Amino acid sequence: MTTIAVIDYGLGNIKSICRALKKSGAEVCLTKDRDEVLSSDGVLLPGVGAFAHGMEKLISQGIDEQLREFSETGKPMLGICLGMQMLFDRSTEFGNTEGLGLIPGQVLKLEILDEAHEKLPHVNWNEIKSEDPSKWDGTILDTIKGGEDMYFVHSYYVKPSSEEDVLSTTVYSQFEYCSTVKHKNIYGCQYHPEKSATAGLKIMKNFMEICRG
Amino acid sequence: MNKKRVIARVDVKNEFVIKGIHLEGLRKVGDPNELAKKYYESGVDEIIFMDAVAAYYDRNSLSHIIEKACDDVFVPIAVGGGIRTIEDVQTALNSGADKVAINTKAVQDPEFIERAAKVFGSQCIVISIDAKHVGDGKWEAYVDNGREPTGLDVIEWAQKVEQLGAGEIMLTSIDAEGTKKGFDCDLNKVVCDAVTIPVISSGGAGKTSHVIELMETAEVDAVAVASLVHYELSSIEEIKKDLLSKGIKVRV
Repeated sequence: MTTIAVIDYGLGNIKSICRALKKSGAEVCLTKDRDEVLSSDGVLLPGVGAFAHGMEKLISQGIDEQLREFSETGKPMLGICLGMQMLFDRSTEFGNTEGLGLIPGQVLKLEILDEAHEKLPHVNWNEIKSEDPSKWDGTILDTIKGGEDMYFVHSYYVKPSSEEDVLSTTVYSQFEYCSTVKHKNIYGCQYHPEKSATAGLKIMKNFMEICRG
Repeated sequence: MNKKRVIARVDVKNEFVIKGIHLEGLRKVGDPNELAKKYYESGVDEIIFMDAVAAYYDRNSLSHIIEKACDDVFVPIAVGGGIRTIEDVQTALNSGADKVAINTKAVQDPEFIERAAKVFGSQCIVISIDAKHVGDGKWEAYVDNGREPTGLDVIEWAQKVEQLGAGEIMLTSIDAEGTKKGFDCDLNKVVCDAVTIPVISSGGAGKTSHVIELMETAEVDAVAVASLVHYELSSIEEIKKDLLSKGIKVRV
């Protein structure tokens, strides 16, 4: 049985994430216990809301250290939405806040290039794509169709330092940004796979399979 | 252009999905979880569960239905009816909902919109407006399932809820609701022109051409259907197929 630790720190629609993982066949452990986190086959970091608030919650419960320790094992991690953003070095949301520093890069506010039509937060189904879809093979996006719709709710986006880490991009208000990231064995989705119907569930299943090894 | 969303609206009374005409004369049409699952499987973009009798009891009693829906439904879920406090919003989100729809409380205490948006983010807060036509180009907002007039002009009220931080408006035409004779397109057009937040249009669809007519007249972001799918007059797939054939973008 593949055990995935879903980090329970009081943020995010955890219920849907756990159900989606269970549906993929994973054993789900909702936890913030160091031993449980470290002994799991993979870690999922959920999260919605403000970056600084999320980091504060992680740090005050010592979860930041657990996650760094876990990442050193090389086992897979997946961050969703704010959970992904916090994996980066820092965010410019409300000043400048340090992140977990597990993926080189930063978190910035989405640029609205078409003022007349679109606004923040970006809340809707939107497409993920890549110029080189072969990059998706063997990753969490394995067998996902280019241009597939995912469900997004956010005002900030991630900018990995290395273009290599960008697995998919999405365009909102004519602005193209990174919507799926992969750095070594650490993944992140800006969208919510647990709310993105069949394609989203496939991403969860792919992650479970990567955790299974 | 954003894709248009097709939402299934599931009104619940005492564990059953019900459907009325002009929000009254409620009739049982099925089990909420079974219907939600069916709509999810046929490609719905979102599901809104409304507690149709919450106004009488001042509380929402759909938590267990939402929790159960999370087993089968992996698209955003909104819940409305009887949401009166910040704790009610929290309870709904804890059950697995992504958004809440608020009507009566927003009318009684508009600042509640601001407070709720601050705590949970605008994307969580849908303001439900039930509108009744009262004269040339004029609509009045109603509460308590279309029974109580509020004296509020719908257009002004829509602008005010946007200002206060609402993330979306669910606009229901009481006159068209349940009639299956088509949307009140004029109402939808004036409200969409008056606000910049997304408008979900609800009430009146009896065939897919009604949805097309609405989308071609007003810049609504989403349509909420009930009778159309509850009575199998059409299906989510068919609505999307017909929209696509008219060049209106949807998720497939």
